[in-house]
Amino acid sequence: MTAPLLDIRSLHLGVALGRSAHHPLLKGVSFQIMPGEAYGLVGESGSGKSVTSLAVMGLLKRPLAVSSGEILFKGQNLLTLPKREMRRLRGNRIAMIFQEPMTALNPLSTVGRQIAEMFVLHQDKSWNEAQKLAIDALASVRVPNPDRRAKNYPHQMSGGLRQRVMIAMALACNPDLLIADEPTTALDVTVQAEVLRLIKELCAERGTAVLFISHDLGVIASICQRVGVMYAGCLVEENETRALFDTPRHDYTKGLLGALPRLGSRSQHGRQRLVDIDSIIADRSKLTETRFIAPRGIEGSQP
Amino acid sequence: MTAPLLQVDDLHVRFPISGGGLLGRGRRMLHAVNGISFSLAKGECLSIVGESGCGKSTTALSILGLQEPTEGMIRYRGLPLAGPGAPGRMQRAKAVQMVFQDPYASLNPRQSVRSSLAAPLRLHGFTAGSEIDGRIEVMLKNVGLTPEHANRYPHEFSGGQRQRIGIARALILEPEIVVLDEPVSALDVSIRAQIINLLLDLQEKLGLSYLMISHDLSVVEHMSDRVLVMYFGQIVEEGGWREIFEAPAHPYTRRLIAAIPDPEKALNTAELQDCVSDVPQFAGRSFISDGSTAPDVFTAPAPSELVEIGASHKVRLASA
Repeated sequence: MTAPLLDIRSLHLGVALGRSAHHPLLKGVSFQIMPGEAYGLVGESGSGKSVTSLAVMGLLKRPLAVSSGEILFKGQNLLTLPKREMRRLRGNRIAMIFQEPMTALNPLSTVGRQIAEMFVLHQDKSWNEAQKLAIDALASVRVPNPDRRAKNYPHQMSGGLRQRVMIAMALACNPDLLIADEPTTALDVTVQAEVLRLIKELCAERGTAVLFISHDLGVIASICQRVGVMYAGCLVEENETRALFDTPRHDYTKGLLGALPRLGSRSQHGRQRLVDIDSIIADRSKLTETRFIAPRGIEGSQP
Repeated sequence: MTAPLLQVDDLHVRFPISGGGLLGRGRRMLHAVNGISFSLAKGECLSIVGESGCGKSTTALSILGLQEPTEGMIRYRGLPLAGPGAPGRMQRAKAVQMVFQDPYASLNPRQSVRSSLAAPLRLHGFTAGSEIDGRIEVMLKNVGLTPEHANRYPHEFSGGQRQRIGIARALILEPEIVVLDEPVSALDVSIRAQIINLLLDLQEKLGLSYLMISHDLSVVEHMSDRVLVMYFGQIVEEGGWREIFEAPAHPYTRRLIAAIPDPEKALNTAELQDCVSDVPQFAGRSFISDGSTAPDVFTAPAPSELVEIGASHKVRLASA
């Protein structure tokens, strides 16, 4: 069996409140991503999906801090890596796409220059070479007229195009792992479908592993091979996508699946009342104590 | 057949963009809404779907009286609701109300729930404090809150509770028509189900008519009786929810439906699709643009017509 690309082991993370107090956000999260695999994290706001990704990127700022656990990337613990080393890795081997491309791009610099910067920083190219590579990168994410678009500023582009620029930038150095944090939430449905297809195809082509974060189960299902369900700082269930949707086993997963109207279900079964997650989980605070459900019936409590 | 509650005839809304020369020559107009007609019956939920910029919100604003239509007629129970002969804001407020998308932005942070709900009642002539309190209490119970919540301020509530307050505020004057502008899209997944269930319960209990604006087609399918599909200011397809979701005729409708990331579909088909090709062609006619290239919004579109293809199912064809 090959070694996992990313191996998160019992990650505890919290907000520091004053000198000694500490409010936990992640209570021992463990999962692995294999090279080339697309792994999805679903859950509601505040469940800890985004802080998990920030921890992997090494972008946690005070008062957020990891209290214990390990994040192994290719066997190397990212939490103990010197800052300089981490900077070399970030953007190069691990890249990230954010939810809102307008705030993530620099408004004062052309998109061509922003992409070119990746090649200058991580691959020691000259600016001239890098500009040409940037145009190729734009072409690879199917931006029409890439040579002209490279001279555009972010505000001159539509939301869908900006998100493509973000993808071009993230994939510029052929990273091993791409973290996508709700990359299509701000987009229109038709544009969302195009962007999702782009991420899926490019990552499959280049063998890039993806950590895909979303609250939208439909989006997760169309991209990921395996899914982890997060709730209140715990991974409550993890399984292969198909199996998770067919036979959800944790109460929270069942609630999540029944809470949203599914296309076509009304014509098949008539209008059914949507499941209210709160009514399934009578006491939310108790849920964190429930057992982690691993795939194929191997049940074990979360370490 | 009973007369429709709301009747919209040939509604046009144009916005001037770029000033043009002296005397307004060469002024460019954006055709946000381009000759749309529809009706809303009592107790019905009609949804308008389409992507950003297709004119669905402008249409709703015209009905609410927040945007003056350039041309066309909006009638409520046979009486004009916009343009000459329209009633004032006060009258309109009793007929149509709106639930906004973002419950964090649409409630006044400095007003308690009670004063938010009491203000419209006072404006509409309720003076007795006991009656106002009574109505507020009933309304809060209707939306699943308790009377004690009336003394709190918006920041003390969660997103779902705030949306409940937004609904209570829309319903306090007992309007017959409620415009729902993306009522659940700003809410968390776990809360959406509760609000959707609440809206459906209230519709049944109070006999409300909903005009819902949304781009979330799975919510639209769940809630609507009829659906209008808008594309660049025009209705391209209109029909009952069954017709639209089971037998969509216009290529743009198919594109929209195919674009929804649905778990079942994603797991059963290998590829994400964005267009379905087997579009039935009607004799001698072609559809207007399928949405793969954006039409020019500055010039009026080529004359085209909505053609009936089923009992209540219409689709727009380009002129031959």
